[in-house]
Amino acid sequence: MSDSLSIEPVYGTAAEPESELLTINLGPHHPATHGVLRLMCTLEGEIVREMIPIVGYVHTGIEKSCEDQQYWKVIPFVERMDYLAYYYNAMAYCMAVEKLIGVEVPDRGQYLRVIHLELNRIASHLFWLATSALDLGAVTFLWWGIRERDLVLDLFEMSSGQRMHTRYFQIGGVFEDIPPGWEQKCREFIRILPERLEQYAALLDENEIWLSRTRHVGVLPREQLLGLGVTGPLLRCAGIPWDLRKAMPYSSYEHFDFKVAVGTEGDHYDRYKVRIEEMRQSLRIVEQALDGLPEGPFIADDRKYVLPPRHELATSMEALIHHFKLVTEGFRVPPGEVYAAIESPRGELGCFVVADGSSKPARVHVRDPSFVNLQSLAPMAEGTLLADTIASIAMLDPILGGVDR
Amino acid sequence: MPDATGLELIAQSVRENVGETAVLATDYSHEQATLQVAPDSIRDVVKFLRDDAEEPFDRLMGLWACDYLPDEPRFGVHYELLSMERAERLRVKLRVGPDHARVPTIVDLQPGANFQEREAYDMFGIEFEGHPDLRRILLPEDYQGYPQRRDFPIGGEPVLFTFNEHKMPRWYE
Repeated sequence: MSDSLSIEPVYGTAAEPESELLTINLGPHHPATHGVLRLMCTLEGEIVREMIPIVGYVHTGIEKSCEDQQYWKVIPFVERMDYLAYYYNAMAYCMAVEKLIGVEVPDRGQYLRVIHLELNRIASHLFWLATSALDLGAVTFLWWGIRERDLVLDLFEMSSGQRMHTRYFQIGGVFEDIPPGWEQKCREFIRILPERLEQYAALLDENEIWLSRTRHVGVLPREQLLGLGVTGPLLRCAGIPWDLRKAMPYSSYEHFDFKVAVGTEGDHYDRYKVRIEEMRQSLRIVEQALDGLPEGPFIADDRKYVLPPRHELATSMEALIHHFKLVTEGFRVPPGEVYAAIESPRGELGCFVVADGSSKPARVHVRDPSFVNLQSLAPMAEGTLLADTIASIAMLDPILGGVDR
Repeated sequence: MPDATGLELIAQSVRENVGETAVLATDYSHEQATLQVAPDSIRDVVKFLRDDAEEPFDRLMGLWACDYLPDEPRFGVHYELLSMERAERLRVKLRVGPDHARVPTIVDLQPGANFQEREAYDMFGIEFEGHPDLRRILLPEDYQGYPQRRDFPIGGEPVLFTFNEHKMPRWYE
């Protein structure tokens, strides 16, 4: 062994660990990304310097598939985009088609829609709370949030037969009236949830860990949020009271007395508080809608577009013909283009439908709030700790089914 | 929503400030206002409506493309603009074609258009000139074709099942 072969340890000029950039891949399968979201993060030490979101892992071409379905068969497809707020997708689509064909939804149908939409908002926010608090270490909330959400899903099951993807909203109204006993059960839920929200607040509001993870974290300037097209709780928590239910009321929202929850600073804590307050306001809307639920039909009776009631099929020849035509061929929609926007739990959910005169839509596009809001993730995370990135994803609340469609 | 008269006034002020040829058509239907503009002037129109118009439409809420086959020009790009102060919407629309359509980007004017322009490129093959990062967004980077075009068949992508495994040799590679 000559000396020349011996290996000398090299004490080189290793860069400072902080100034060395390291690119890591987060996802797509990671429990904290709320779906299959992949993030390429460039780290300097523990600080995220650059983040590139990569989406498309659950792209299933729903918009393309809709072009091959009759108008009334599109509803189950669009419901599967944002899988936590399925009523909203169906609502935006139905509103667009109703505008195209000029069908008016009767009052009772509008109220029933509002009740289910707001219950769905509560369910969606509860699930958001369950998973987000879990990401930040509050494991109890996974059970608590889902426990309360199950009460809402029970209500959905009772009124429509399904717990998720209910296909309850139809063009012209809703599929069926609420069954006997539903209202009582719903009022029971309205009584229970505020108590439970108090319990959540007792655990989280002054929790040292929760506060240090959320206070003053992930703040974006208002102008930047507006420029990126961010809507929903993310925008309202920065102090901009933009809510389509107030600004451009649809489906009788102008009949209800509720407040728009806004934050002041726009950090994660405000995002949490705004969503909690939205649940309370949703409960108020549901209660008012139950109190003032008008009598009358729950779906329009335009037989060219709406299925006739089941009992008429046995006695009326015309009803049978209409039923047959609607189920086999569907209805034709006069040519036109319509964009209908509603306020979903995550922001403005818009549906753009192009009709070419046939019984299938020529184009269905959904402007999904998760997709647009996701653009604010990189500015929110850049310059913060990697651990705060997880909090940012959680508080952004993207639903990847809606992002990828 | 601006009504039919309001839409004509907007069109008039766009004509005066951006150019006589900027506005191609106006359409008011289903209580929605649509302003069809020339593809070259889209940046100026969006900028004018954002900054200088008397009643501005300063927020971009959505951007999407649409294939009007067999009409010519074939593609449409829609810009859904919003004024939060007045709670009014205006849809600006342009038509381009035929196959390799090019549209100036508006990402520098409205940063929110970034992902949505990428989606339009991904699904329709409309190239947004000047976009900082024009890559496919939802489909894999090596994907061939633009699936939301009307002449792309539904089911054009073979799906692998056990029964047709032998028809797709070496699928596992």
